[in-house]
Amino acid sequence: MSAFPVFDPASSLARPITQLTSITFWLGLGVFLLVAGLLSWFMWRYRHRGAGGEPAQIFGNTRDEVGWILGAVALVGVLLFLTVRVAGQSSPDTAGPNPDVYVTAHQWYWAFRTPGGAETAGELHIPAGRRVLLDLTSADVIHDFSVPQLARKIDVIPGQHNRLWIEAAKAGTYAGECNEFCGPQHAWMRFRVIADDAASLAGAGPDSPAPTLVAGSAAAHGAQVFREVQCSACHAVQGQTSDFPHDGAVGPDLTHFASRQLMAGGVLTNTPANVQRWLKHTQQVKPGARMPTLPLSDQEINDLSAYLEALK
Amino acid sequence: MNQRVPAVSAAPAAAPALSWWRLFTSTDHKSIGLTYMGVAAVFLVLGGLEALVMRLQLAVPNNHLLVGEAYNRFLTMHGTTMIFFVLLPLLLGFTNYLLPLQIGARDMAFPRLNAFSLWLLVGGGLLLYLSPFTGSPSQGWFSYAPLSETAFTPQRGVDLWSVALIVSGYGTTLTAVNILVTGARLRAQGMLYRRLPMFAWMAWVNGFIILFALPCLTAVLMMLEVDRLLGAGLFTRGDPVLWQHYFWLFGHPEIYLLILPAWGIISEIIPVFSRKPIFGYEFVAWSSVAIAFLSFAVYAHHMFAVGLGWPVDLAFGTTSMLIAIPTGIKVFNWLATMWKGSVRYTLPMLYAAAFIVQFTFGGVSGVTFAVVPIDWQLTDTYYVVAHFHYVLFGGSLFAVLAGLHYYYPKFTGRFLDERLGRWGFWLNVIGFNGVFLVQHLLGLMGMPRRVYTYPALSGWEALNLFSTVSGFVLGVGLLVLLVNLWRSRTHGAVAGPDPWNGWTLEWLSSSPPRRENFVALPPLHSRRPLWDLKHPDDMDHVRPPRHDRQGRPIRDEEREHR
Ligand code: HEM
Ligand SMILES: [Cu+2]
Repeated sequence: MSAFPVFDPASSLARPITQLTSITFWLGLGVFLLVAGLLSWFMWRYRHRGAGGEPAQIFGNTRDEVGWILGAVALVGVLLFLTVRVAGQSSPDTAGPNPDVYVTAHQWYWAFRTPGGAETAGELHIPAGRRVLLDLTSADVIHDFSVPQLARKIDVIPGQHNRLWIEAAKAGTYAGECNEFCGPQHAWMRFRVIADDAASLAGAGPDSPAPTLVAGSAAAHGAQVFREVQCSACHAVQGQTSDFPHDGAVGPDLTHFASRQLMAGGVLTNTPANVQRWLKHTQQVKPGARMPTLPLSDQEINDLSAYLEALK
Repeated sequence: MNQRVPAVSAAPAAAPALSWWRLFTSTDHKSIGLTYMGVAAVFLVLGGLEALVMRLQLAVPNNHLLVGEAYNRFLTMHGTTMIFFVLLPLLLGFTNYLLPLQIGARDMAFPRLNAFSLWLLVGGGLLLYLSPFTGSPSQGWFSYAPLSETAFTPQRGVDLWSVALIVSGYGTTLTAVNILVTGARLRAQGMLYRRLPMFAWMAWVNGFIILFALPCLTAVLMMLEVDRLLGAGLFTRGDPVLWQHYFWLFGHPEIYLLILPAWGIISEIIPVFSRKPIFGYEFVAWSSVAIAFLSFAVYAHHMFAVGLGWPVDLAFGTTSMLIAIPTGIKVFNWLATMWKGSVRYTLPMLYAAAFIVQFTFGGVSGVTFAVVPIDWQLTDTYYVVAHFHYVLFGGSLFAVLAGLHYYYPKFTGRFLDERLGRWGFWLNVIGFNGVFLVQHLLGLMGMPRRVYTYPALSGWEALNLFSTVSGFVLGVGLLVLLVNLWRSRTHGAVAGPDPWNGWTLEWLSSSPPRRENFVALPPLHSRRPLWDLKHPDDMDHVRPPRHDRQGRPIRDEEREHR
């Protein structure tokens, strides 16, 4: 992940913007230096040197005025031309094809679903070197989807389906985050886009087999706790039956939890110790999170974390 | 030369005794103007402390001082306070104080309405600071729906917050009416529109912006309350983006509403301290009118990420870029005013110079947002935070500070202390640029705005810490300024009616001006009545025509007698 993502584009969608940004930057710097330079020069050159009467009273000069107006018009004209050219390149037409991934923003995590029904959260896997069309909507308030290295950003609005092309020219991990103020945990609504050469968007489908757990192990016990203490009211693990009806609208899908790098919108890295911390002090780790701090015993927390770490 | 110089005494007027009763009941535009500024000072302290607490939280990554909701409360109060209860009252204060003086009037057109507007604004400010007692608003000063709806922000404080803005908004709208009528009807004999002092011009044009922009805010806040209190669902079952259209249709003109009178102040100061008339009066004046119109035509540049489609984005990007042209006209005219002048390094002039540098910087970074694809990358990052603080703080507020140093002798009869003033100036300049310059980099690094914390990434920590430390330097600078403002009231050097050798009518009245402003007005034949008085053999309107570099006569229009 890059220190200056805007200046380190990794896609044919973001690259024209970077070039445009550099051009604009130099033009702007030129204007600024011109103004600051003239100001310093005039303040020094024409500084008051004792009482010598009033300087010549000059009221204006239409030619000069027309001069700098034309200068400004020319600059604006150049920028406008470049703007129009790059706008199309960095925001190609999204009408027509079916989206490759459905993105739903929630307070405060990202859910990604393929048309086949495979679902992940917080981490989007895409094939490298191919444009991927996203369909984005929100389950609650307005969020904003931003992965500066891969594409422009776009707002994610409830009741509206915005579309966005993203592309990673080469394999790698790219940082993304929510850019629109969306409540107490706006700061922790990060995600990652992982591009790999395997040419598919596939994750586990709705009917992929449940992880095999050794009977009697901590993980197996954890799976039982998961079902019984209402975890499964809000979280789905595909292939795992649930006693609670849920529509998947509340908590992130945990099917491949163990293979994720970050959890809870990026507050914590995904380690067993952190999972336990999360289960024990949910509201302290991410105050305002839509997940309550559940009354669990240490034993249950231990088993649950073993179970979650088994969900490869 | 027969000049009618009215008798004005140079003796220091006794420091006016602070009579609270008079303060509360006065309908005099000068008292009201100063009260506006006093109110703004109180809110500046509040909003400034809120900013410092936020900066403390952001000083180091993963800090625990103000987590989540708590930070958002400060964010909401800081933004609301600074925009509505610091900058706005400061500029209304200047307008109230100066407009009648500059056009040779005794008072505003509707003095009682004027007092009413002031107290509506103060009432609004009180309501805002009562709102925490009913559950602090935490939805942000921009209050985007649907986050501001009851489902996501149930606190009652949001309702009080809206009412605070509605109430103070009415006050400001009424002030706009007052400004427009005053400027149109109360100009002294001979004070033609094209002879108005630059500040009066811009303050008057500003009246139109206020009159058309603020009702959009009032309307959308009422819609929000219809949703929150009556459950109408305009922004939930209806269109959440509707909020943004209304809000920015108010919000963008609002920025110009906060900067236009500030430009007016600068356009008064630079000529006087360069000893030359403003270069290109007509261009500076008409560019304000152009900006007033354009300011309504650019609002959707706050919404480029919404997904309105790029043809719409480009249309608004174009109008936004166009605004750079009249703005550029102003900047170059200020520079041209200094050209071949005799520049005196007074505190007002120093602040004006800092204004030009910082405002130009903010203006240039503003143009980058009009380049639509750049906005698609940088909007809602710290680059925006840096940009608008450069415009509003480095621009508008610095211009107001320039104006405070310039007009303080008029307000009080005494100068601000020079030594304290210079300390304040350098602390403010260094502090301000320290806080916000590095935030451009943070934005380019991808740091989103309105976040209460951030992960420990390379570069982010050092820059954030630097920004916070500078924030405290700035805090000290503003404190020095406030101390100076308070102390010099009784301890400053005596100034007399016309300490800077000015040209506009306000310098004709005593300092502080008497109740009815003027004893008698001189004949008004030009834009600089006091120049004419002081230079009877070189009066603006009878001077033999000068020639420009090309040998053509200039200022022909100045010569016609009225
Ligand atoms: C005239 C002076 C100022 C004005 C008009 C002003 C205005 C604002 C506004 C409107 C916001 C809301 C930003 C948003 O919507 O994202 C804001 C945010 C902020 N301001 Fe100021 N401000 C001023 C001075 C200061 C000062 C002196 C500091 C620091 C010492 C400061 C620090 C901040 C911070 C840290 C934020 C939060 C940014 C974020 O989390 O996105 N402000 N300011
Ligand atoms: Cu969000």
